[in-house]
Amino acid sequence: MAQELEMENSNEGTLQRLFQRLVAMMSGFLQWLFFTVLSVGPIPNHIAFIMDGNRRYAKSQKLGPGAGHKAGFSSLISILESCYKIGVKYVTVYAFSIDNFKRDPIEVQSIMDLMLEKIDELLKEESIVSSHGIRINFFGNLELLSEPVRMAVAKAMVETAKNTNVVLSVCVAYTSTNEIVHAVQESCREKIAQALLNSKFNCEMRDFERGYNTLSKVDCSITLEDLERHMYLAECPDPDLLIRTSGETRLSNFLLWQTTFCYLHVLDALWPEVSPWWLGWVILHYQRAKPYIDKRMKVL
Amino acid sequence: MVSLQLPLSTINNKIFSHFNPKPASCLCRVGNRSRAFPCNKYSIFRGGEGTITTATAEEERLLPDELRPELMPKHVAVIMDGNGRWARQRNLPTSFGHRAGVRALTDLIDLCCKWGIRVLTVFAFSTENWLRPKLEVDILMSLFEMVLKEELKILMRQDVRISVIGDSKKLPKSLQKLKTEVEDTTKNNSGLQLIIAISFSGQYDIVQACKSIVEKTKDGVIQPNDITEAVIEQELETNCTKFPHPDLLIRTSGEQRISNFLLWQLAYTELAFVKSLWPDFGKADFVDALCEFQQRKRRYGGRDS
Repeated sequence: MAQELEMENSNEGTLQRLFQRLVAMMSGFLQWLFFTVLSVGPIPNHIAFIMDGNRRYAKSQKLGPGAGHKAGFSSLISILESCYKIGVKYVTVYAFSIDNFKRDPIEVQSIMDLMLEKIDELLKEESIVSSHGIRINFFGNLELLSEPVRMAVAKAMVETAKNTNVVLSVCVAYTSTNEIVHAVQESCREKIAQALLNSKFNCEMRDFERGYNTLSKVDCSITLEDLERHMYLAECPDPDLLIRTSGETRLSNFLLWQTTFCYLHVLDALWPEVSPWWLGWVILHYQRAKPYIDKRMKVL
Repeated sequence: MVSLQLPLSTINNKIFSHFNPKPASCLCRVGNRSRAFPCNKYSIFRGGEGTITTATAEEERLLPDELRPELMPKHVAVIMDGNGRWARQRNLPTSFGHRAGVRALTDLIDLCCKWGIRVLTVFAFSTENWLRPKLEVDILMSLFEMVLKEELKILMRQDVRISVIGDSKKLPKSLQKLKTEVEDTTKNNSGLQLIIAISFSGQYDIVQACKSIVEKTKDGVIQPNDITEAVIEQELETNCTKFPHPDLLIRTSGEQRISNFLLWQLAYTELAFVKSLWPDFGKADFVDALCEFQQRKRRYGGRDS
């Protein structure tokens, strides 16, 4: 009798697993179909994400501390996978703002620990980074990070430098205004260095001793291109699409310089709830808006 | 294509009374979420029990019931988009759309004055707009001059202080002169500060700020390491106001882009994308956007307590 019961339970378990596998296969097929239809229209070359709502997700699901950010990381991997399938070349995510250092130190530390753990995972052979050829960059005021995190970040950038399929830019210890300050500082240093070089080259020792006062305005004028060259994200094209989750409609000091003409989209879903279906839905909206955006940009 | 059927000087309110903007809808569409606002049409009828009276000037100054005075934004910025499309929908020349847009703007200025908003910044003409057809650009420049001259007396009465930001070197000489006169005439006004961005863009603003900073580093006044966010902030053209950062940005016509407007200053600004075209943007749309703003939680990167 007991044996029969066991066999029955085992059969039920097998059936359930089979059913789940079937649902997963159908979902995968439908998703593939959806992405194939999407790829008929214009696909954004660069998508930026403000991954908002991790903590609210944890609270709503009654999860422990840190669980929200872990769920957020899983969501990031799933979205990255979808971006790869759809053909998006650049993905930029707002992982940690300089303003976030104001939060509870325990929360900040748990996010840093999570970053260390996940960087390690991503650099393993079997991870999505290897299989899909993803290059990872970390941008921000990295001096603000602790040494272990800085070293892990540097290691990740070096080990993935040869990957070329997708570029994942992770903005950590970042704000756009800080990025602009950095660009201005670097541009000024470059101009001063250039000016000194010009002075020495012209053998105008009196000018050199007096300082920079005799230099022409042309030598030292800063241009838009000078600033752009010194932005952290200089090597990436500007985002075509910026998605913010959790329903907040603001940029929160993210990519202010780079999103001047970017299509902005807000999703009510919290970041851990965002699935490839949501991504496809937003890309549909982007495709609807693109003809008008292109028309305006042609005038420029 | 822009075509001039009537000289601008003959365009007056009588003509436009036939083309009054239709009442704006009460929906504010943001992203994939559209939500009807939980705000009723504000009551203009207040009176004793059982009586209905029309609003007096005093009562009209009061905020609509849906809006809380303590949560009103200090600085509202507006991207006035949709004039061209509004005109095309009515088979009118683009110039008519711009003129209808001026009416919407004057109505908004009225509301801001009445509701105690301290600063209103409007994106009238971007650096990119110089690439539009010359005829349209000339019409716009003439329109700016005409409107500034026509509205100056009214704005003085409303105690509005006018500031014009942007690359004024590209403007016609007459408009440059008028700009200086208008700023001078209104500089002592203490009511609403109206900032008009003409030949302006967020990137231009930062580049011009950097140019003056470079001059200072060149002269040894400051070192590159001393350049901070505060230093850049001081050099931006919005240093003409005590409240340089908009609390709320409204863009009309349904486009969900910043289009190179107030880049640095929009870091923590709440964005509201309204479907109405700018000439149709009225009190109802503005109340909806303010309602939406007042419901948002602004954390500036921190956490709710």
